[in-house]
Amino acid sequence: MTETILPNLAPAYGEILMAIGAMTLLMFGVFRGNKSTGFVSLVAAALMIVTLFVTVTWDATAVYTFGDMFVADRFTSFMKVLVLVASALAVIMSMQYFRDEQEERFEYPILLLLATLGMMVMVSANDLMSLYMGLELQSLSLYVLASIRRDSELATEAGLKYFVLGALSSGMLLFGSSLIYGFVGSTNFTVIGSNLVHASAHGPDIGVIIGMVFVLAGLAFKISAVPFHMWTPDVYQGAPTPVTAFFAVAPKVAALALLVRVLYVPFGELSESWTQVIVFMSLASMVLGSVAAVVQTNIKRLMAYSSIGHIGFALVGLAAGSQEGVRGLVIYMAIYLVMNVGTFACILSMRRKDGMVEDISDLSGLAQTRPGMAAALSIFMLSLAGIPPLAGFWGKWYVFKAVVATAVADPMATNYGLIILAVIGVIASVVGAYYYLNVVRVMYFNEPDGEFIPQKSFNMTAIMGLGAALMVLFLLPQINAPVLEYARMAAAALIS
Amino acid sequence: MIYTLCFYLFATITVFSAIMVIASRNPVHSVLYLILAFFNSAGLFVLLGAEFVAMILVIVYVGAVAVLFMFVVMMLDIDYSELRKGFQKYLPIGGLIGLVLLAELVLVGMGWGLGSPVTTDPATATPALTEMTNTEALGSLIYTKYIFLFQMAGLILLVAMIGAIVLTHRKRPGVKKQSVNKQVMRRRGDAYEIVKVKPGQGLG
Repeated sequence: MTETILPNLAPAYGEILMAIGAMTLLMFGVFRGNKSTGFVSLVAAALMIVTLFVTVTWDATAVYTFGDMFVADRFTSFMKVLVLVASALAVIMSMQYFRDEQEERFEYPILLLLATLGMMVMVSANDLMSLYMGLELQSLSLYVLASIRRDSELATEAGLKYFVLGALSSGMLLFGSSLIYGFVGSTNFTVIGSNLVHASAHGPDIGVIIGMVFVLAGLAFKISAVPFHMWTPDVYQGAPTPVTAFFAVAPKVAALALLVRVLYVPFGELSESWTQVIVFMSLASMVLGSVAAVVQTNIKRLMAYSSIGHIGFALVGLAAGSQEGVRGLVIYMAIYLVMNVGTFACILSMRRKDGMVEDISDLSGLAQTRPGMAAALSIFMLSLAGIPPLAGFWGKWYVFKAVVATAVADPMATNYGLIILAVIGVIASVVGAYYYLNVVRVMYFNEPDGEFIPQKSFNMTAIMGLGAALMVLFLLPQINAPVLEYARMAAAALIS
Repeated sequence: MIYTLCFYLFATITVFSAIMVIASRNPVHSVLYLILAFFNSAGLFVLLGAEFVAMILVIVYVGAVAVLFMFVVMMLDIDYSELRKGFQKYLPIGGLIGLVLLAELVLVGMGWGLGSPVTTDPATATPALTEMTNTEALGSLIYTKYIFLFQMAGLILLVAMIGAIVLTHRKRPGVKKQSVNKQVMRRRGDAYEIVKVKPGQGLG
């Protein structure tokens, strides 16, 4: 009989807190009904903030627990902070929307909490099994969230599409995992990594590489990198706008964090194989995200293509294959979070007397009717486009700097691929600037038709204002120094 | 001897009933053959010493999944002759796919020794049957080493439950439900009234 030892719970305090909190709130909501939605939302947001502080205080070197399936280090802390901030803002931003639509459901914030919990587990996963568990907890909640307005045909379609494609991607991921387990003999990231190092004398098995590519494909679905992006525009357009705001940020951050860990910890030895895949996905995402967005008229679809493009830029950092590259990716995601949350706060304010509107042409003349919102949205658009003094530019700067540094550092100069990647990336960024600037043009140079009703919620105005201010002030060392420093520590925790 | 006999008995019936699942004309018979196949596979598992998996197979597959199939088959009104109509038309493409699969199977069979031998590093060694039963061994792993995954699976099921309720449960107006509170609060006076009727006059 083996004696039972309580696992070290300290690294997972945040997750435990979220799980217990979500279940308590669920009981509260079940007994109080949908009129308690406002309260449940506030408590859910507060719970995320508290969890954030619990996570931040965890500032140790890597600690493994639950049979090495769960890891907490500086990288996970940083990514969890991003996920929690994005989720808390998503909860706050959706309160007014559902109140106005009279569709308040107390399950909404609880599903958001559980999805966030899944993301935190994803970020901390150190085993193929815990990876899958976290991914499924997150995805299952997201499928429900996408069609939470079940009377809307578009939302139902979005939910169904997301579910079917998500299930397909999970299947690919599991298939890859089984191949990896079969060929390496373990599901633990650390053990896989060390086994592959020992196996490298006669080269890795082809089966491991096939398995890894399948896992990569499964994860690429989740971050909607080309060629696994097909679901993104439809789901973004069909889902209720606050849900889209949530989809656009937190799940992407979590899945990217997971991707980085999977590539560097178990498959660090196979970097030559996965770099090709990442370079291709990055290139294709950047190009498609820039070109396909040009013809969009719906702003939510535009943001979908924009997010595909931005994932491409973030992957550039991964393709660099260096600590600096991962640092660039982490910074990019932090900036992406603020830009996207701010933009969606603006989109959620596009409400006329007869309901929400979401066409770009509905923004015409916004500079005359609502100058403050127009200024904020312009700043977000310029930042998304990567216009120099704004934060979006610096995000791109760090990833491209890293990839060029890797390419130049190679004495044999065999890394043509990386140079081409950087060049095409910059070109795609210029092409993409067209449609972001188009939004600004519509707001400032078109005649106004119809007026938005003023934003009632103070929170939304605050999010817009603060986000825009951060975008402008990122230049100041007081703002950017902590981000850069923590990003460096996060990357160093993963790659020494 | 008896072991070998049992194996061949179970194996033959499994293969036979598996063939009958796809060969029988009546879908209800198909489901019944499926159940037979499950039972015999459970027998094979018992022979392997995996009695827990055998029981789970019977409980989950026979008890839940097959019964569900049965319900669905009986509730759906499918005209099977209608379904078979396109058989001639799709025979070429279906046959082609079948051939491809067959070729793959043959290739896999021929290339059996293709990969280098796997260095077995099983997550956890299985204890000998003389030490503890399957159920005990699984339990002592699930609730200790894999407690994290076990709890996560529980949360996923919770989300599935919430999701099913959120997406399908609706409040329908005009449904008469039992309200215990209302029933208890009902007074004698609500149920009847006493009318004094004078003889010979009726209730006019």
